[in-house]
Amino acid sequence: MSVAEELALEGVIAGYDEARVLFGADLSLAAGETVVLLGRNGAGKTTLIETIVGCTRLFAGSVRLGGREIGGLPPEARAKAGLGWVPQERNVFRSLTVEENLLAVARPGPWTPARALALFPRLRERRGHLGWQLSGGEQQMLAIARALVTNPRVLLLDEPLEGLAPVIVEELLAALARLTREEGTSVLLAEQRARLVLPLASRAVVLDRGRIVHDGPAEALATHPQRLAALLAPPAEGPRGDASASIFSSGSSD
Amino acid sequence: MADERTAEIAVSGAEDRAFGLAEPAGIGLLWAIALGALGTAWFFPLHLALAADILILALFALSLDLVLGFAGIVSLGHAAFFGTGAYVAGLLALAGWREPLSGLLAAGVVAGLLGLVASFLLLRGRDLSRLMVTLGLGMMLHEAANKAAWLTGGADGLQGIRIDPIAGLFAFDLFGRTAFFYSLSVTLLAVALLVRLATSPFGLALRAIRANALRARLLGIDVERHLVIAHGLGAGLAGIAGGLLAQTTQFVSLDVLAFQRSAEVLLVLLLGGAGNLWGAVVGAVVFKLAHETLASITVHYWTFWLGAMLVVLVLFASDGMTGLARQLAHRMRRRAGARRAPGS
Repeated sequence: MSVAEELALEGVIAGYDEARVLFGADLSLAAGETVVLLGRNGAGKTTLIETIVGCTRLFAGSVRLGGREIGGLPPEARAKAGLGWVPQERNVFRSLTVEENLLAVARPGPWTPARALALFPRLRERRGHLGWQLSGGEQQMLAIARALVTNPRVLLLDEPLEGLAPVIVEELLAALARLTREEGTSVLLAEQRARLVLPLASRAVVLDRGRIVHDGPAEALATHPQRLAALLAPPAEGPRGDASASIFSSGSSD
Repeated sequence: MADERTAEIAVSGAEDRAFGLAEPAGIGLLWAIALGALGTAWFFPLHLALAADILILALFALSLDLVLGFAGIVSLGHAAFFGTGAYVAGLLALAGWREPLSGLLAAGVVAGLLGLVASFLLLRGRDLSRLMVTLGLGMMLHEAANKAAWLTGGADGLQGIRIDPIAGLFAFDLFGRTAFFYSLSVTLLAVALLVRLATSPFGLALRAIRANALRARLLGIDVERHLVIAHGLGAGLAGIAGGLLAQTTQFVSLDVLAFQRSAEVLLVLLLGGAGNLWGAVVGAVVFKLAHETLASITVHYWTFWLGAMLVVLVLFASDGMTGLARQLAHRMRRRAGARRAPGS
C-alpha cells in the first residue's frame, strides 16, 4: 500500500446471506482525498459502503483502514478504528436533541461538537431541538455532524442528497465542499446525482452490476458528460442481469 | 462515571462546555424534592413515616429509571436488588455493624455487584427474554431467602434490627423524623448523581442505545459495556433503597424480594413516565398518596381504582404523567404562538 493510503479494498466479493452483490471490487482512498462512487440504482454503491463498515457478508478479499486489516472486525470495532458512516436512512436519535446526538457519540479529536455545528449554521440554530423535530435536510446535516464528531479517518456518505429540497442540497454541497477542500477530510461519497458531486472529488469510481467499471479523475467525467452518461446508462439486456437480480441468485459467483 | 470518554470530552474545549452538560430540569427536580419534602415536614409533621416511604419508593423507582428509562433494559425482577440491599443492611446490623452510612454503602455495593453479574445474563437476549431472566432471578432469590431461614428469618423476616444514631448525633425516633431526613438526604444525593450521570456523555450514550442500539453500535458506542455499567449502577441504587428501608423501619420482611414489589416499582415508573428522572419521583408520590387515599375509602378494592387510573393514563398519555404534562405544555405553547401570529 502507498504511505498515505487511508482505505483500501482488494478483490472484495460481498453480499447478504448467500447472495453476492459485489464481484471483486478494488478501491483505494488516500489521506485527504475525496472519491465519489457513482452508479445507477442497484449498482452496488450501498453494498460497497456497508461492506466497508461491516454490515454485509464478506466472501473474499480484504478491507484495510490505515494499513490495518479490518475485514474481520465487527462494525463497532471498525467505527472505533476510524470509519464514520452516514447511512441513507440518516437514523438520527429522534429522542435526543441535536447537541445530545453529538455528545452521545463524540470522541476526542479535532472535530468537537461546536466545530461540527459551525459547518451547519442551520443546525446550530436548532441545537436544542429533538431529532424528530428536524426536517429531512436538517437530519442529514445532523447525521454528517454526528459522524464527524467521532473523528473518523474516513467519512463514508451514502447518497446524502437523496430526497432533499434544492435549497438544502445547495447548503449541504457547500458544507461538503468545505469539508473536502478546506478541512482535508478523507471522504468516500456515494451518490446518483453525479454532476452535483463530481466537482467535490479528485477521483470518480463507477459501479455497475457489482463491478467497478471506471476509476479515474473526477474532472475527466465532469468535463465529458457523454462519457459519464455512457457509464451510467441502463444496461443492455444481457445474460448477466443486474446487481439487484444477482441478489436473488443465491451463491452465484463470478 | 468510569467512562474515559467523559473525562476526555469534558476537556475538549471551553466552547463545548456549554453543550448540554448542565441540565436545568435536573436541578429543578432537586429543588422540587427538597421543597416538597420540607413543606411536608412543616405542614404534615405527623406523616413523616409516609413521606419517608415515598422517598424510598422514589429512590427505588429512580434506580429502575436508570435501567429501563435510560438503558432500555426491561425488568420484572428489580426487587432482587432492592431486597438484597435490605437483607445486607439488616444482617449487618444484626451482626453488630450498626453504623448506618457504612451499612447503606455495603447494601449498595453488594446489590451492585449482583446487578453486574446479572447483567451478563441480560445482554444475551431482547426484551422478552430479559423479562423472563429478571423475573426468574427475582423468584430464585425470593425462594432462596424463604428457605434460608437460619440466615434471613424466612417468612418471619429479620427482626430486632437496631441502628446507631446517624453520625452519632441523630437517633431514629418513633415519629420518623430522623428516618425522614435521612431518606431525604440519601435521595437528594442519589438524584444529584443521577442528574450528573444523565447529562454526561455516558448517560447520553445510554439514551442513544435505547433509541437505536444498532446505530449506536455503528457509531462506535460499546453497547454491552454501557448496559453492564448501567445495570450495575441501577442495581446498586436499588440496594441502597432497600438498605434505607431496612434501616428506617428496622425490619426486613420477605416481601422485599417479592414479585409484587418488582411489579409495583414498574407501575410507579410507568405512572410517572420513564427516562426523565422526574417521572420516578412523581410516580412514587402519586402512587403512595393514591394508595393511602383509596385504601382509606375502600380497604379491599383500592387496587381496582389504582388499576383503573393506570389504564386511563395509558390510554391518554402513554408516556406517563410527566409525558402528559409535556404534551399539555407543548399544546399551550403552540396555542400561545398561534394567538400571537395574527397580530404580528
